[in-house]
Amino acid sequence: MQPVKRNVISVLVKNHSGVLARIANLFCQRGYNIDSLTVSATTDAEISRITIVVHCDQDMLEQLMKQTSKLQETIDIFPLDENTSLFRELLLVKIRADETMRSIIHEVANIYGAHIVDLSVGSMVVELTGIPNKIDAFLTVLQQYDIIEMCRTGITALAR
Amino acid sequence: MKLTGAQILAEVLIEQGATTVFGYPGGAVLNIYDALYENRDRIKHIMTAHEQGAAHAADGYARATGKTGVVIATSGPGATNLVTGIATAYMDSVPMVAITGNVSTNLIGRDSFQEVYIAGITMSVTKHNYIVHHVEDLADILREAFKIANTGRKGPVLVDIPKDITAAKCEFTDKLPIIDHPSYSIDNDILNNISDEINNAKRPVLLFGGGIISSESSQELTELIEKSNIPTCHTIMGTGVLSYDHPLNMGMVGMHGQLTSGYAMEKSDLIIAIGMRFSDRVALNTKKFANNAKIIHVDIDASEINKNVHIDYSVVSDAKYFLNKILPKINQQDRFEWMEQINTWQKNDYKPIDSDKILKPHQVMDTISSMAGEDAIIVTDVGQHQIWAAQYYRRTKPRSFLTSGGLGTMGFGYGAAIGAKVAVGDLRKVIHITGDGSFHMNLNEVCTAVSYNLPIITVIMNNTVLGMVRQWQKIFYNSRFSSTSPNRKTDYVKLAEAFGAKGFRTNSPDEFKEAFNTALNANCPCIIDCSINKDENVLPMIPAGGTIDDVITQWD
Repeated sequence: MQPVKRNVISVLVKNHSGVLARIANLFCQRGYNIDSLTVSATTDAEISRITIVVHCDQDMLEQLMKQTSKLQETIDIFPLDENTSLFRELLLVKIRADETMRSIIHEVANIYGAHIVDLSVGSMVVELTGIPNKIDAFLTVLQQYDIIEMCRTGITALAR
Repeated sequence: MKLTGAQILAEVLIEQGATTVFGYPGGAVLNIYDALYENRDRIKHIMTAHEQGAAHAADGYARATGKTGVVIATSGPGATNLVTGIATAYMDSVPMVAITGNVSTNLIGRDSFQEVYIAGITMSVTKHNYIVHHVEDLADILREAFKIANTGRKGPVLVDIPKDITAAKCEFTDKLPIIDHPSYSIDNDILNNISDEINNAKRPVLLFGGGIISSESSQELTELIEKSNIPTCHTIMGTGVLSYDHPLNMGMVGMHGQLTSGYAMEKSDLIIAIGMRFSDRVALNTKKFANNAKIIHVDIDASEINKNVHIDYSVVSDAKYFLNKILPKINQQDRFEWMEQINTWQKNDYKPIDSDKILKPHQVMDTISSMAGEDAIIVTDVGQHQIWAAQYYRRTKPRSFLTSGGLGTMGFGYGAAIGAKVAVGDLRKVIHITGDGSFHMNLNEVCTAVSYNLPIITVIMNNTVLGMVRQWQKIFYNSRFSSTSPNRKTDYVKLAEAFGAKGFRTNSPDEFKEAFNTALNANCPCIIDCSINKDENVLPMIPAGGTIDDVITQWD
């Protein structure tokens, strides 16, 4: 058995309507499970970049890349290596915080380099950008507070 | 010159050489059918009884000729009725362009009458599909659709055209069809490694599939196996490439393959697999598949390499290109010992028992082979009759055995036979071999054969049951025959007559010969009901997931 690991794949696609549906459809059809997927613009208005994170073994990764590259709208597809690429994710998290909690959360946020982006009477919203591990760690710390809601974007990535 | 979208469609069809199309009219394609009427002397349109039949006909036309088959249907139900036909073509890599009308652009997304999102529905059963948003894009989209359908690994492409686009006008310029020959290159080291393996192998087996037909390389394949004396077997999609009686042809491999093929795969030290994809009907147990052999895999589709079976040497290439490159590097050999072993297996291979009183499936196939002639095209449906035809019909040429191998579509046969007959005209006989189950699925298309006077001969292997499913129930479900004995009372002779065709009922080999002979000379669609025993099994049979060691050769 090959080890199952996290793989980050970058796909350059023609910026046509329906491309995302084709990719999602293909992954669904072949039983590949997407951890996260982001679509973003590139310097070329005709081309979009889709960054996909999947947990799978090497065989499945190869299949998935070959199948995806068969789509007419796929221009290029390549895996991104953790050591030679930059991975970033954005987290927004709303925490219940009365006056007594504000400074505590502020302190935690500072340690992680997160920013307080909103302050309301009973809550605060904190923003953090970083590698997924850092976001995971920050969220673990925040578990002890009362998280009202949260949202993370999934990985966007570039080779160095 | 300004033309409407519908006129542009007609012009591009002619430009692409698609002067025979299959289809069914409807509201959203009124403009298209008006343009077809205008061009009726340049484009032959065959109207079927049902869009599924039209899709299978376009598919059969493509399989028989290698040209891209074209089917046209209206929006909504017209489009959804194509889906099985498109999926059938997709699974067997058959080039097809499906054109669907849709409601006008301003009605899309509003659940309008006969609106369906066919591009979404067919996304996973087409190589690509398009929705045309601007009439200016139509001509080039259609050209690209033809190119994609018939390039690389072939397959269906769908173009969805909203009704207003078929009416809108724009400038149209003729273009010559692009004949795209993708370039392949094979590393010389890999070629040398492969030729060394072949030259040094003691017990090589060549295994091929439909890729040899798609790449028109049966001649090169024959040269290779004859030069190096390599015993050869094939998947159901490769049926017809090698002459049935060729001494190196061991026959089909897999679930219902010859025992010889199965033993040879197991004992082989080198499998050379070309233009095939190790489906679960061939490599039933991927873990134990050809465990004593190294495997060379040549396929045009990179995603087939290492998909189901782990490969030692792989080449992504058109089969013909590969064969031409490898041939000069292959030494002549006689492989005396290996051939002797193969011959011993062949002598002891499974042989069904003959009868001169009742109709036996293998004898029916044999009679058809003898009487229909070498040029005949056999089209099957799906089930027991399909495998009997694959096992026993003595075909001699590629593109002469048309069957739904991948999707296994019951009801494929009649439509496909119509497409094949339209393609080959009076030159060749088209024999449709079916079962009573499959025939009931799309027998409506007999009316089409009558309308266009297509003398297709249908041979129904009538066992009154859904034989293949029933066989599995018999073997694996302790004879609990759930919904496989429909108790139908269809009178096929009367049915044929009601449609305007000729019908025959046969119960013995002599009756069958007489009826088949009459049908061959009838010059109209004929249906021959062959009464066979419902307990006839398709043998040999390797159960799903098994190996040749699990093969069943007898079951009462």
